[in-house]
Amino acid sequence: MLEIKNLHADVNGREILKGLNLQVNAGEIHAIMGPNGAGKSTLASVLAGNPAFEVTEGEITFLGKDFMELAPEERAAEGFFLSFQYPVEIPGVSMVNFLRTAMNEQRKYRGQEPIPASDFLRLMKEKKELVEMQSNLTNRSVNEGFSGGEKKRSEIFQMAMLEPRLAVLDETDSGLDIDALRIVANGVNKLASPERAIIVITHYQRLLDYIVPDFVHVLFDGRIVKSGNKDLALRLESEGYDWIKKELE
Amino acid sequence: MDNSKEAQYIDLYRNVREVQSSVFEAYRKASFERFKRLGFPDDKSEQYKYTNLTEALSVDYGLDNHNQKELIYEAFTCAIPGIRSHLYFVVNDTFYASDEAKNQVFPQGVVIGSLKEASRLYSDLVAKYFGKLSEKEEDGLIAFNGMFAHDGFFMYVPENVTIDRPIQLVNISEGNTNQLLNSHNLIILERGAKVQLLVCDHTEGNARFFVNRLTEVHVAEEATYEHYKIENTSSDTTHISSLLIDQKESSKTLTTILTLNNGLTRNNISLMLNGEYAEGLLYGMAVGDLDQKVDNHTSILHNKPNCHSTELFKYILGGESQGGFTGRIYVAEDAQKTEAYQNSKNILLSTTARMRTKPQLEIYADDVRCSHGATIGQLDETAMFYLRSRGISEDEARLLLMYAFAADVIENIRIEALKDRIKLMLEHRLRSGVSQAASCILCR
Ligand SMILES: Nc1ncnc2c1ncn2[C@@H]1O[C@H](COP(=O)(O)OP(=O)(O)O)[C@@H](O)[C@H]1O
Ligand SMILES: [Mg+2]
Repeated sequence: MLEIKNLHADVNGREILKGLNLQVNAGEIHAIMGPNGAGKSTLASVLAGNPAFEVTEGEITFLGKDFMELAPEERAAEGFFLSFQYPVEIPGVSMVNFLRTAMNEQRKYRGQEPIPASDFLRLMKEKKELVEMQSNLTNRSVNEGFSGGEKKRSEIFQMAMLEPRLAVLDETDSGLDIDALRIVANGVNKLASPERAIIVITHYQRLLDYIVPDFVHVLFDGRIVKSGNKDLALRLESEGYDWIKKELE
Repeated sequence: MDNSKEAQYIDLYRNVREVQSSVFEAYRKASFERFKRLGFPDDKSEQYKYTNLTEALSVDYGLDNHNQKELIYEAFTCAIPGIRSHLYFVVNDTFYASDEAKNQVFPQGVVIGSLKEASRLYSDLVAKYFGKLSEKEEDGLIAFNGMFAHDGFFMYVPENVTIDRPIQLVNISEGNTNQLLNSHNLIILERGAKVQLLVCDHTEGNARFFVNRLTEVHVAEEATYEHYKIENTSSDTTHISSLLIDQKESSKTLTTILTLNNGLTRNNISLMLNGEYAEGLLYGMAVGDLDQKVDNHTSILHNKPNCHSTELFKYILGGESQGGFTGRIYVAEDAQKTEAYQNSKNILLSTTARMRTKPQLEIYADDVRCSHGATIGQLDETAMFYLRSRGISEDEARLLLMYAFAADVIENIRIEALKDRIKLMLEHRLRSGVSQAASCILCR
């Protein structure tokens, strides 16, 4: 589904990703862990097509398409979704209008008719329940004045609405208390299916108790330096990253 | 006065011998004297430094500026769904009432009609207010208006009378020969009166228009006045509009100035808070996509204690359009407990668009709460990317953000039907480009 080969990316002229390789197949859940500043969010941004990041080398293929050729909105319409580490507040744009526009723009890209208003509202109600999101949040402007936890929930709610093929969750667990974590993880698990794939970026093993990964990767200094199964996450949790650094030397 | 631009109009004035009424005549003479002294504002004028009228004043507008071929206003019906306004017109410089308005029975004592007529029928009333705000203004264009204005819109709302439905004044400049137009509106609200006025400015025809309007508003104690001005003219229009509002104790006003399509526009807005506990809210928005010029020059005078003013202007400028905003706030020495908040927020969509914004605070009292802010920027890149990452195209994302930017001006419109229509118009404007949508979708 997703194939990343020898990816190099710069931000403001500084190289952050330094030859990263990763393959994700449909139905798989991957976890990416790594110390602060390793380049995890950079990878997520590059996948989403953030113009602030420049890809200098390498390939990204998603569902057989060359991702580098596609604009951010086209990547979304092809089925890519990023749950932001820091969701953006957009005063004056209502959550409802935002989601409806997003959904219809994606449908237009795929040659589908706009979703009827009543279907949209029904869908919204259903998905809000899925992430136990307070009902009034969708009447507000996009993420405006949301607490940290509400923002993360809002990201998962958007994911549930847009039903992507591949979702990257960038530290969706940070800032969530244990109840919220369980709810969010539950929402993610409901979305998981043999046609979909999920990449979870996290610092903490605790999220992986709820979203059980098939593969765990360590991203270090712009590269994936180690991959394993969920036991790798447990070892990182108890021993930190020093042993990985030693292995690399 | 040796400037030829002024000289031709001074000659013209001397040749106009149409006597309206004694009230008009005295004011015209005084205005003439002031104009001879002041002349047109030139490029050295501090007050008009964002508005250069040199080119517009070099055009020959002909000398017969009261002419009008046909009664085109009859074809005008305002198409704002559900607005249910009482409709009046000033076509070129002449006042007309729609049939609906003519047949309307207003509450006892209400007068709405032609200023020319009112100056004869209600000469004492008109004399008490007419020119009383404008005669103090040191502005050559206001004096110029006084020299030539011979009609306009007049509204009198007696004590404690509320007019339920909005009053709508449609100013139409029309013709295929150049026109220089001056109209004078006078609005009087007695104690506790309430009224909403919607003023629409349009042009019809292929000609250069120089429109110079003056509106004086007297808002007595505890009265509530709302003024919505929407300009939808053409690139060949020079539009000068001076709005002078005098507020007495505990009165409330809301003024909204929207420039959606225009050529060169200068709005002078002066809110004079002359009674304690008066409240003045002033909102504005301007959209430019080609080489439009919009200059809003605002002045809020806190002359008495315990008054409140809030001011917010937003511009969205693309192409080579230019915006200017001046926000003068004056707080008199004894105007303690003043609250005055001002904000000027602007988005430039191109590298060639220009915005100049200038707060001008003159605060002589010490116990006041005043704030002002001004920003000029581009659309927020992180917000753009967030929207696009959800599948929203670049164009649509930009539209959403511009729309959101303007939202807090529009949300303050208190006529629901108008608010909805303005939302639609703004979307239409932003979507298809300001100048593409040449005719007004507001009326028609
Ligand atoms: N927009 C940016 N401008 C400059 N430097 C950036 C930007 N985004 C990320 N970086 C830098 O790139 C490196 C990797 O950051 P990031 O990908 O956010 O790390 P992680 O998510 O793994 O903690 C850090 O050194 C960070 O300072
Ligand atoms: Mg990060």
